[in-house]
Amino acid sequence: MTAMLTAWPFVIAAYAVTILGTLGLAGWALVALRRAEARADALDRRPQATQAGVR
Amino acid sequence: MCEFLLMHRFANPVRFQRLARPLTAWFGWSGALLTAVGLLGGLFVTPPDYLQGETVRILYIHVPTAWLGMAGWTGIAVASVMQLVWRHPLASVAARACAVPGAVYAAICLMTGSIWGRPTWGTWWQWDGRLTSMLVLFFLYLAYIALASAAGREESGQKISAIFGLVGAVNLPVIHYSVLWWRTLHQGQSIGLTGSSIDRSLLWPLPLSALGFTLIFASIVLMRMRAMLAEAKVEARLKRMARG
Repeated sequence: MTAMLTAWPFVIAAYAVTILGTLGLAGWALVALRRAEARADALDRRPQATQAGVR
Repeated sequence: MCEFLLMHRFANPVRFQRLARPLTAWFGWSGALLTAVGLLGGLFVTPPDYLQGETVRILYIHVPTAWLGMAGWTGIAVASVMQLVWRHPLASVAARACAVPGAVYAAICLMTGSIWGRPTWGTWWQWDGRLTSMLVLFFLYLAYIALASAAGREESGQKISAIFGLVGAVNLPVIHYSVLWWRTLHQGQSIGLTGSSIDRSLLWPLPLSALGFTLIFASIVLMRMRAMLAEAKVEARLKRMARG
């Protein structure tokens, strides 16, 4: 029983490392994607705005 | 021939983006659902192992992360072949997109293995064949990431990264057969193509969590590829604007 109880902190630590690592990786990839797409969209809109301003 | 035509069908970034956008979300959410079911089953439904007790539950995260650590480098090697042989325009993007997720999962595999080893073997680390070859894979990832980021979008630099990706693939069979070549601390292969030595009552959450983590990995790789393509588009546009 003692062995079973002492095993749980190791199990929880391993699950925490994996879940936090996966969430961190997915979050980082999502933020990088949003930023890159926002920059590309802003640049797509820029020439049209400049042309409109000239007119 | 069919695969060759399919491969070149998605050489066009616009066509790729059209397919990648819905797949990113689909892979991400279905992967999260499968992983949640697999991990909850592994934590609360399966019985403890007669020998390892509760620590056997680490199996449901350690095995998928080990598989993904190796799958990431397999992705790099396949994309490198596509880049060097067929000059596929998305191949180097795909290879670079696999690197960081592969490195993270190789690191998680090493950490969860170490956490498993402490109560099971009585030590956090041993210079055992499987553990050492997995650590080598992690260092190969770090070297590849450094090399690919230094190379940037230059063709010669990308070629060097691709060659490094192929050479590094030599470590994959070493990892796989290490438990047979050096019978040290790490247990032998318990899951093969023909069956498993693990009891069914313990085994069922493993395919769920392995498939779930694989789908999450695929979603992350697609996000990385889309981000890199968007960055390349911005860079090309800025260069054109600078030229006037």
